[in-house]
Amino acid sequence: MVLGKGASSSLSMNKVDGAEEMVDNSNNFTVLVADDDPLIQKLHEMHLKKFGLKVQVVENGKKAVDLCHFGATFNLILIDKEMPVMDGAEATKELQAMGVNSLIVGVTSRDSPYEKQAFMEAGLDYCFEKPLTADKINFLLQELNKNN
Amino acid sequence: MEVGQMQGRLVDYTKSLFMEGFLDGQFLQLQQLQDESNPDFVVEVVSLFFDDSEKLLNDLTMALDQPNVDFKKVDAHVHQLKGSSSSIGAQRVKNGCIAFRNFCEEQNIEACLRCLQQVKQEYYLVKNKLEALFRLEQQIVAAGGSIPMMEMGF
Repeated sequence: MVLGKGASSSLSMNKVDGAEEMVDNSNNFTVLVADDDPLIQKLHEMHLKKFGLKVQVVENGKKAVDLCHFGATFNLILIDKEMPVMDGAEATKELQAMGVNSLIVGVTSRDSPYEKQAFMEAGLDYCFEKPLTADKINFLLQELNKNN
Repeated sequence: MEVGQMQGRLVDYTKSLFMEGFLDGQFLQLQQLQDESNPDFVVEVVSLFFDDSEKLLNDLTMALDQPNVDFKKVDAHVHQLKGSSSSIGAQRVKNGCIAFRNFCEEQNIEACLRCLQQVKQEYYLVKNKLEALFRLEQQIVAAGGSIPMMEMGF
């Protein structure tokens, strides 16, 4: 079966692992992506925009914390673990201490359960292994819809 | 060669890259993200992968050439290469990195050097294959044709 292209309306058909899904792109959710890898930044931004999310990208944890400190709000913060200046775990602790009202999700290349657990303990709501996929974004959208 | 033949050749070539394990489903996800407003998305992302990989492979070569190898540094580079290869679906490179990391943990220099050679080989193979793929796509577009969408379930 041939993959379909996205429709121009707010509802589009996405083929995810062979199954069709109706994706509701008519949301106003905002996402902050914190990752130092330009490839991951580009990939995540594109992936999230396809789902109708409004995306801002920063390259380290300190910039993520500073944005929130100066009043920016996001429904979802996707945060890498390994970043210069301030890593994901430290940034997550600071964001939690600030009381940000965002779903904070780690997206890491680290695949050992121990390292994921350590990252979770910094205060993440969820932790996914890279790369971000349509399934994972769908899951997060469901969580955002529940919370809002 | 007419457009239809070129399109058929592209589909067959792309399928072969999946069948031979050079690419996995993540590459299909990249292709699905490309659209009229971002027609060069796949090429741009893959170019970033090429840039990342060349630098990391150089860094790895230097790191393993030191009299006292810093395995933590080597592991960090391999980890990064694993991440970017995984993100674009370069399966064989990713698998090479997984094996590489195991030997970093064992601090086995000889095995790490063999892994580095293996990963370099896999990288240059997939680079050549992807560049050939993009050339086929360019030929189709230049001849006025469109790029056929990949079919799932082959």
